[in-house]
Amino acid sequence: MRIGKFYSSDNIYSFILYLFGLFLILLVIGIFSELVINSFPSIKAFHFSFIFKGVWDPARNEFGALPFIFGTLITSFLAILISTPLALGTAILLDEYLSGAFSNIISSLIELLSAIPSVVYGLWGIFVLVPVIRSFEQFLYLHLSFIPFFNSPPYGVGILSAVLILCIMIIPYTVSVSKEVLKLVPSDQKEAGYALGATKWEVISKIKIPYVRSGIFAGIGLSLGRALGETMAVTMVIGNRNAIPKTLFDPANTLASVIANEFSEATSSLHISSLIELGLLLFIITFIVNFIIRIILRRISFKK
Amino acid sequence: MKARKIKNITMTFVISLFAGICLLPLFLVLYYLLKNGLSSLNLEFFINNPKPFGETGGGMANAIAGSFIVVGLASIIGIPIGLFTGIFLTEYKNSKLSDIVRLLSEVLQGLPSIVIGIIAFSWIVKKMGHFSALSGAIALSFMMIPIIARSTEEVLLLVPDSLKEASLALGAPKWRTMFSIILKTASSGVIGGVLSSIARVAGETAPLLFTAFGNRFFSTNILKPMSVLTLQIFDYARSPYDELHKQAWAGAIVLVLIVLLISLLSRVFVRKLSKGVK
Repeated sequence: MRIGKFYSSDNIYSFILYLFGLFLILLVIGIFSELVINSFPSIKAFHFSFIFKGVWDPARNEFGALPFIFGTLITSFLAILISTPLALGTAILLDEYLSGAFSNIISSLIELLSAIPSVVYGLWGIFVLVPVIRSFEQFLYLHLSFIPFFNSPPYGVGILSAVLILCIMIIPYTVSVSKEVLKLVPSDQKEAGYALGATKWEVISKIKIPYVRSGIFAGIGLSLGRALGETMAVTMVIGNRNAIPKTLFDPANTLASVIANEFSEATSSLHISSLIELGLLLFIITFIVNFIIRIILRRISFKK
Repeated sequence: MKARKIKNITMTFVISLFAGICLLPLFLVLYYLLKNGLSSLNLEFFINNPKPFGETGGGMANAIAGSFIVVGLASIIGIPIGLFTGIFLTEYKNSKLSDIVRLLSEVLQGLPSIVIGIIAFSWIVKKMGHFSALSGAIALSFMMIPIIARSTEEVLLLVPDSLKEASLALGAPKWRTMFSIILKTASSGVIGGVLSSIARVAGETAPLLFTAFGNRFFSTNILKPMSVLTLQIFDYARSPYDELHKQAWAGAIVLVLIVLLISLLSRVFVRKLSKGVK
């Protein structure tokens, strides 16, 4: 209970604050409904077949999202698969093996990786990574083409290049979350392990990692969210081909990269609407991933 | 017994190797940036605009200026909204509504930047009938708002309740307590959060592709298409000209330096706060 003029000025204050809260709610609802409304022509034309159709042909006004859903999922999951052990190893090294200034320097360097803009990774990808991948593919093509999957022509650009670039870009996220949760392990647990004669690796693999397993999953989920939506670097090295890739070396496209490529050049309204529906799908996929991380993180903070 | 020791040593080696692999790309990226970009990074690069295709020389003055204008404009829009949203989350931290706002701000933060580009396109570019720097700035501000809101909330909650209670007990209204006591105490943390959001959007390209769009000429008109460093790097990287590739690398050096400088500054402020609160 307050009196007189303070009461009224605080009323205005809380009114203004509520306005900003409401603004954010309306903004997100607005974004979602704008995507849905603009996808409508495409939803009406293709219904659910949009998601399962493998053809994307603007010239014939035929649009199916399958190549891009596949491209997005395969690049992201492969990137997670490769980067997780590397990032986890780095987090363990920082947490358990190094201390003081040296540990600080290495974690700052890892953070530096996340500060580099994605267009710079793309530039590096085009002129440094892709030529290396191309000569690797050439080698496979010349010497090992009798093995299926190794017999695609050496483009350089394609799934593999995109996966490697994504790996570099998501490592810092997995490292930083894993490092933070590893700190949460109570030291008596650790000391109990050592007291029983366990080696360092046994303490890490049998005590620390099981203790923070869900936190590490949240870190992986965060990285997955990044990878799914990453646009520029992937667009620049994936080769931009609107078909389902058959091998690891084929050019492909992701949901984000096809939007980046075609949106400003699309002329037919169905084409634009289909691209926006791809955006809507991307929204939904990242939303589900983020929602799952949130549930995991909430469970951890309850445990604390 | 022995097998366990060997395994321990092997795993130590493997872990160090993995960390080395994680750091390797950083050095490779920085090395090639300097190797390919330094030679084109001279005064000309900063004061000249792009020359017609095929001619040598020219610079990125238009894009550097454009980056500052678009990011500056995004800050003017995004910072106040983000700050007030953060203050809302702090003042009503236990209310149902702030739970929803918190959830949705996470959704907004997790939204792929290209989707935000689509939204700014259909809300602003389509209505205005042409691309504009303003629409790009608004797209970037949508990305800044959730980052600033969450970081502001986090640092404001670090301020001890006793300070707030002392101020309220002296009869100061809630808004006075927030602005003169709590925000002031946590100011360096708030500034750190704001700077980190600026660093984050300064390197963005995807939301600008169909909003700011790019422009080969020097322009300060925010209602017209404008070139931005990231867009110009993207365009040049995909062009067939060697000369433009070199310029793209030089532009990338400038971009990385700007982003690193802002994030470094942000960390200085955040560190100052953690010393102050302790």
